Amino acid sequence: MSYLDRQGEGGLYSWVTSTDHKRIGLLYLTVMTVLFWVAVALGIVMRLKHLSGGDFLISARAYNALFTVHGVIMVFMFVIPGLPAVFGNFFLPILIGAKDVSFPRLNLLSWWLFLTGACLAVLSLFTGSGAPDTGWTFYVPFSIRTGTNVSLAVFAAFVLGLSSILTGLNFITTIHRMRCEGMTWHRMPLFAWAIYSTGWIQVLATPIIGITLLLVILERAFGIGVFDPAKGGDPLLYQHLFWIYSHPAVYIMIVPAMGAVTEIIPTFARRCIFGYKAIAYSSLAIAALGSVVWAHHMFTSGMADLANIIFSLLTFLVAIPSAIKVFNWTATLYKGSVDMQPSMLYALTFVFLFSIGGLSGVMQGALGLNVHLHDTYWIVGHFHYVMFGGTGFAFFAALLYWFPKMFGKQYDPKPAYAAWALMFLGFNMLYGSFMALGYMGMPRRYFAHLPQFHSLHIAATVGSWALVAGLAVFYANLLIALRRGKPAEADPWGGKTLEWTLPSPPPPENFDKLPVVTEAPYHYNPKAPA
Amino acid sequence: MTSMDQEKGHIVEPAVLARVWGALVCLTIGLVSASLASPKLAVLAMLVITPAKAWLVFHYFMHLKYEGPLLKGMVLVALLTLVIFISMMFLDLGFR
Repeated sequence: MSYLDRQGEGGLYSWVTSTDHKRIGLLYLTVMTVLFWVAVALGIVMRLKHLSGGDFLISARAYNALFTVHGVIMVFMFVIPGLPAVFGNFFLPILIGAKDVSFPRLNLLSWWLFLTGACLAVLSLFTGSGAPDTGWTFYVPFSIRTGTNVSLAVFAAFVLGLSSILTGLNFITTIHRMRCEGMTWHRMPLFAWAIYSTGWIQVLATPIIGITLLLVILERAFGIGVFDPAKGGDPLLYQHLFWIYSHPAVYIMIVPAMGAVTEIIPTFARRCIFGYKAIAYSSLAIAALGSVVWAHHMFTSGMADLANIIFSLLTFLVAIPSAIKVFNWTATLYKGSVDMQPSMLYALTFVFLFSIGGLSGVMQGALGLNVHLHDTYWIVGHFHYVMFGGTGFAFFAALLYWFPKMFGKQYDPKPAYAAWALMFLGFNMLYGSFMALGYMGMPRRYFAHLPQFHSLHIAATVGSWALVAGLAVFYANLLIALRRGKPAEADPWGGKTLEWTLPSPPPPENFDKLPVVTEAPYHYNPKAPA
Repeated sequence: MTSMDQEKGHIVEPAVLARVWGALVCLTIGLVSASLASPKLAVLAMLVITPAKAWLVFHYFMHLKYEGPLLKGMVLVALLTLVIFISMMFLDLGFR
């Protein structure tokens, strides 16, 4: 019996009250997939608007609402929680040889909070005096003065943050307390290391955004004057507090993505991972260094010069642990027997697109260049290369890699390849055009655009159609596999970590008898040290 | 390897909890008095008395005193992170 068909526990009620970490992982996956498509639809409408430089399709006010809600949903409800909440929940306990997470009920509460936050965010679109129009950053003083429904959207982000903190706390405790016998720190799969590093960022940084968002609500409701310059408040303080969380949040997004890719590459290169410890500790280094670079989002805000220089330097440093991972993945591939299964193709695409996103981020860390690029389409292109090209493609790679294990069904690889071709082409047309537009001077969040930007806007919009077509093929293929896919083997890819020792899909409590681990993960080379 | 069954239970004497509560009340009275006396004293009192109260709550009510080095270390990491964040904000606030 698998976790999917526990006797008498197949109804919706049993799912939404289940404390099984695998079921909770699927609950997150379901909600996030729906929200992802909502945000994709909003993005498409924005692109269609730019088929014309002037008034077209929607009003300027609706455009402001669209980019705000697109950003809030994608950032807070898909990209940040994506890999930890779905694959962390499903696979972390299995990877470390445990029957569940440390606090299963808290885990379920996290999902309910996530669902509540998501509903509140969507509700903010249709209630009050209009959808929020601040952008996902909720910058003051505009966010405390606009008459739109900002308070509800901000509160939604607060509730989502609470969910994230509880999930992080659960994962940290699980890794410390629930590892099976023989699962030492240096035998732990690198996805678990990534989830551990992410958990620390979630626990340490998220409370700061929570309190900051509450202050925005208090400012709007009671005019307490913390951020309002008219009352002696400091709007830059808001930016500091916002980015103290929101920059590390980029690493909440990307570190688990790197962890998933680190699982996939050795499996399909048939090689022991190169530089296990370097990859493991670089996750911690990214978490630590990534937490002290937040003010590079504020170089043009009027911050002190000293702060600009120091944060610029620190921004360059954070590239080092990221590069360690990229070099180690490449070294793992070297002389490997590479089997280009769809998940491997998506994982390698992650490396390529993330490298563009990461290196363009280092460029923006340079103070002089930042002045030119700040608040342009370049920035929008850059963070989509990191968030979508990075986390998005890693999410798809992880879904393809673990799909047979999660659902016990095998998908057809051909549509997955076709989807990749469409997505890769569309993605680069869309966001490559954005970067070019930004470099030419097109400001972000503008409803209208000048004639000299029109050709690239058309290219970007056509790219968005190819991207969405690819996404549709990708998800349709998996949905078809869910209904009509062939039964999956326990270890269809020849993986070496513990999840592949279980049947597909796994039984309710994972292991009848807790495993005893005697060697390092990714033990493909017989001569490698255990 | 850590495991749940290695935990040692402990019971804090009610008298200890009562003394801690009394100390918290006294410190709160001290804080409010200082705030009423002068604004400068209020800031000083907040910087000194509030962490002292937090320390008492952490140690006795949240049982940190009875925890192992791992958990104490984790709390220390959280506090250090806060110190780093606040210090780095002063790179801007102090030199703007």
